Amino acid sequence: MAGGIWLKLANLDRRWIYFVIGVVTFIPILFYIEVEVNITPEVESVYHRVDSLAPGTVIMVPMEFSPSTMAELEPMARAVLRHCFSRDLRVLSTALQIDGIILIEKVLRESAVEYGKKYGEDYVFLGYKPDAQSVILSMGENFRNSFPRDYYGDYLDDLPMMNGISNYSNMACIVNINATSGVDYWINYANGRYGAELALGVTAVIATDYYTFLQSNQIFGLMGGLKGAAEYERLIGRPKDIANRSMTSVSVAHVFIILFIIIGNVAYFVNRRKGQG
Amino acid sequence: MEAMTLGSMLWMTVAAFLTLCIFSFLYKDNPFYTFAEHLIVGISAGYWISILYHTSLTVLWIEPLVDSFKAFGNAEGSVAGKIGMLIVNIAPGAIGLLMLSRFFKKISWISRWPIAYYLGISAGAALPLFMQSFVIRQVAANMIDPTAVVNTMGSDLTILYHYGNSTLMFWQGLGQIIIVLGSICGLAYFYFSAEHKGILGGAAKIGIWILMIGFGATFGYTVMARVSLLIGRFNFLIEWVSALGNYFGA
Repeated sequence: MAGGIWLKLANLDRRWIYFVIGVVTFIPILFYIEVEVNITPEVESVYHRVDSLAPGTVIMVPMEFSPSTMAELEPMARAVLRHCFSRDLRVLSTALQIDGIILIEKVLRESAVEYGKKYGEDYVFLGYKPDAQSVILSMGENFRNSFPRDYYGDYLDDLPMMNGISNYSNMACIVNINATSGVDYWINYANGRYGAELALGVTAVIATDYYTFLQSNQIFGLMGGLKGAAEYERLIGRPKDIANRSMTSVSVAHVFIILFIIIGNVAYFVNRRKGQG
Repeated sequence: MEAMTLGSMLWMTVAAFLTLCIFSFLYKDNPFYTFAEHLIVGISAGYWISILYHTSLTVLWIEPLVDSFKAFGNAEGSVAGKIGMLIVNIAPGAIGLLMLSRFFKKISWISRWPIAYYLGISAGAALPLFMQSFVIRQVAANMIDPTAVVNTMGSDLTILYHYGNSTLMFWQGLGQIIIVLGSICGLAYFYFSAEHKGILGGAAKIGIWILMIGFGATFGYTVMARVSLLIGRFNFLIEWVSALGNYFGA
């Protein structure tokens, strides 16, 4: 056999890898097997903070995700909103990513309807304004600076929930669910400039960047990707929701990727030894 | 679950078709993929213009400007005040319009003014806070009292030895020491004003290991993120097939 199996593996058409990953990710979706999801302290911290708030308290849940990241952050947003509404908290939300406005409005509306919440009294959606940096900064002075009207065109002063609500100081805390580098603005301005208590729910790709802020107590909690969403779903007693159901596929795909890495490395070293690499 | 209408079924089918078009790139580049790619670029541009017009241009500029003009027909307030408000409300739009001078070669230099204005404001607002949030607070988090940490770790080991349990303070303390040493060694790796030999060389070597562990964690998370996106699309395709079945089966 010319070259041997290791040389063939080293030169394997990458489309086979795509195919295998596709198959091993798809099959567990069809045949759901529950996998264990350990609760990490950083996610538990978000849960306990939200859970400790008295009914009627206003919490801010700004969301910034788009179709490309909704697979990770939509389950997380739903879990957090369900928790807020089940605790009768009032929710103020924004969508500072332009291509996610409709998705975010849908998640907020559907979660509110699920718990019989009324728009304007139990939750308010401010919608989108460009330049997240300026918007986050100006909301620290007054929400009405950037959002004279809400997403649906109503003046904020006409909404009962907004009575006496002017800026971050009226929020019990902020749970920012974010897929963008705009997270830095929330840390820099909402927490750094205005001292708002901040927790983050971010995509897995950027999660490691924000552990340092957890260690320095600039944020009180952190949820990373689908795993973070799955943990939160478990904490609110919904272990069969979408993030948890997806964890089987995530686990199986990870096992195969680890196998590919091992095979790739072994192939590399074997071929190098033979002078064929 | 809301009843599926023919309209929403059609849109869902379009979304499923476009998902498959994008997936087809995994096999090789093809006209379906190119079509979907161009479509998203074109639709995004149109969508953004429309959203920006309705959420920003009208609400934050045109409406306040119209109100400023209307104020002149109102008997209340001084004329000087009304003129002041008019200028305040004209200024943002006027400065923004200067950006369009880029389309005219002779006066394109004027577009630098709004850029300079924006950069000045952004930098002024961001820099002091950036230093505070991203440098000073991070450095402060690395300042621990070593004697307190060692004493706590020691007392935890004593509890473990005498009573057979632990308050986990030992591991927390160890974690803090690793963070501090890791930060110092990581910074040593990026110190290029001296040759990486002796103590500096050793610290830099540990620093690169620390960096590699960090990259490994990031890679692991990235894999999870990408797999999650694939799962999201698969879930959507399954939802589409079952919606098709329900619609035509019903």
